[in-house]
Amino acid sequence: MIRLDNLTKVFDTPKGAVVAADHINMEVPSGEICILLGPSGCGKTTTLKMINRIIRPTSGKVFINGEDTTGLNTQELRRSIGYVIQQIGLFPNMTIEENIAVVPKLLGWDKARYKARVRELMHMIALEPDAFLKRYPSELSGGQQQRIGVARALAADPPVMLMDEPFGAIDPINRAVIQDEFLKMQQDLRKTIMFVSHDIDEAIKMGDRIAIFRAGKLEQYSSPDDLLADPKDEFIESFLGEDRALKRLNLVKVHDLVSQEVGTVTPDDDLGMALSRMDDFGYHSAIVMVNERHQPVGVIRRSLARTTKGYCRDHFEPLPTVTHLDDDLRKVASLMFAHDMTWLPCVDEGGRLCGHITQRDITHHLGARYRVQQADAITEV
Amino acid sequence: MEWIQYAVANIDLLAARTIEHIALVGVAVGIATLTGVPIGIAITKNERLAKTVLYVASIIVTVPSIALFGIMIPVLSLIGHGIGYLPAVIAVLLYSQLPIIRNTYTAINNVDPALREAARGIGMSQNQRLQKVEIPLAVPIIMAGVRTAVVLNIGVMAIAAYIGAGGLGTFISRGITQSDPRQLILGAVAVSLLAVIVDYVLLSLQKRLTPKGMDQAVLAE
Repeated sequence: MIRLDNLTKVFDTPKGAVVAADHINMEVPSGEICILLGPSGCGKTTTLKMINRIIRPTSGKVFINGEDTTGLNTQELRRSIGYVIQQIGLFPNMTIEENIAVVPKLLGWDKARYKARVRELMHMIALEPDAFLKRYPSELSGGQQQRIGVARALAADPPVMLMDEPFGAIDPINRAVIQDEFLKMQQDLRKTIMFVSHDIDEAIKMGDRIAIFRAGKLEQYSSPDDLLADPKDEFIESFLGEDRALKRLNLVKVHDLVSQEVGTVTPDDDLGMALSRMDDFGYHSAIVMVNERHQPVGVIRRSLARTTKGYCRDHFEPLPTVTHLDDDLRKVASLMFAHDMTWLPCVDEGGRLCGHITQRDITHHLGARYRVQQADAITEV
Repeated sequence: MEWIQYAVANIDLLAARTIEHIALVGVAVGIATLTGVPIGIAITKNERLAKTVLYVASIIVTVPSIALFGIMIPVLSLIGHGIGYLPAVIAVLLYSQLPIIRNTYTAINNVDPALREAARGIGMSQNQRLQKVEIPLAVPIIMAGVRTAVVLNIGVMAIAAYIGAGGLGTFISRGITQSDPRQLILGAVAVSLLAVIVDYVLLSLQKRLTPKGMDQAVLAE
């Protein structure tokens, strides 16, 4: 848990005092990632760096796991907080192993212990220890270096991590990969993380909570979905972008709104049966045909079933595409557009049909929040 | 080529003078490194002090060596060392300060701020940062300063023969006073060769002291 209590930083500049962070109050619950987001100069980085005193607070307090850190020795405080920066900052004069082992060595771990820990971390970040440990940072790619940067921050297993635009300098393709890897690690590690970003998409992807800063003040602090659905003021609305409702697609998975019951036909059913099933389930255009293992193998079109006689096995069309339960709605919408479909069948890990999802379902799900707000507004009036 | 015959005939003397020369420069630059590097590191903490120190060191280098020896004769005569070994070593010591202090200062100051921040954020104390990160990264540039000092002062030390410090300059001074071109040329060639060889030896030492993993291209300067 990280709690900031009236944390304030005033810089004295030749042009007078500048308030970089103005009485910031917030709390990040244990095991969650909080993204500090905002335009440059908004105070997000200053706030982050006051937690490990890279920048000394003018006033206010930082609590970590309930303990006031004000009285702690600066070096000891920093050793108990993982720190990852955009420029990575691996020491070029040290091998990868030495870089990762820096904090354990400062903490006085014995050799066997830190060596074992380094190997464990290398497996965690999916880099082969024997291939990398004796090499130097300059021999690694940017993406590999930042993985090592993350491993170094995790080396002494700190409960709290601070990350200052950690993936900002990595090319977009590798960035997405590292973000995914990091989220996967975080599922097991459950660190409490403060993470500075200026990228709204990264914030939505990585954050359990998002704190939006503007001109040194914390403007809004909420979950990504709340933020996108209910921005507090015009500044935040414009910062999130006019397509913010679309960004919520990233946050919802297929399994959140897939229909449980689904009508199907088998190859041995005749087309009349297919037509009556479509009517029973209210399908306007087509119905999925499944094999004996309940895997979707094709579709029967309504237009065809109405005009033709025969068995389904002789008249089905191939299935253009399917979705999986853990796909997000952004991907689903993209697939629908790409295949000119208003619905998609959904399959489980075994490839068995387990439901379907329609454009109406998506609109309805995203719109639910707005309808509640409107209802509230009406009752308030 | 009479000077070569002279050199062969006096090979023992040549060897002795060469060793004398190396010892003089070695002792002086050695002491200068022990003082210059800590000064160079210390002044990175205070920009105004740094400017003053580097200014003073530059002024010292502009004083011609023969003038410096002249100034030191009356001063050091008070302790009975107006000429000879001591003023020679002191002169070289003073001349060496600028390249060593300046290179140390520049090297420590030029350590990537991101590395500095990473080292701080990780929880290294100021001394640990110096020992584990800043000095190792500065070594190649500090060594380049030492090399400059050594090469510069092999020349200065040749002039110190005039105040009785010994070394290869003795061949030159005697060659002039005795109108003996053999000694003159031998002295000049020996001093020049010594400078080139020592520079080369120190360059290989510099490469050896450079931490592995550091970009070699950066160090070529």
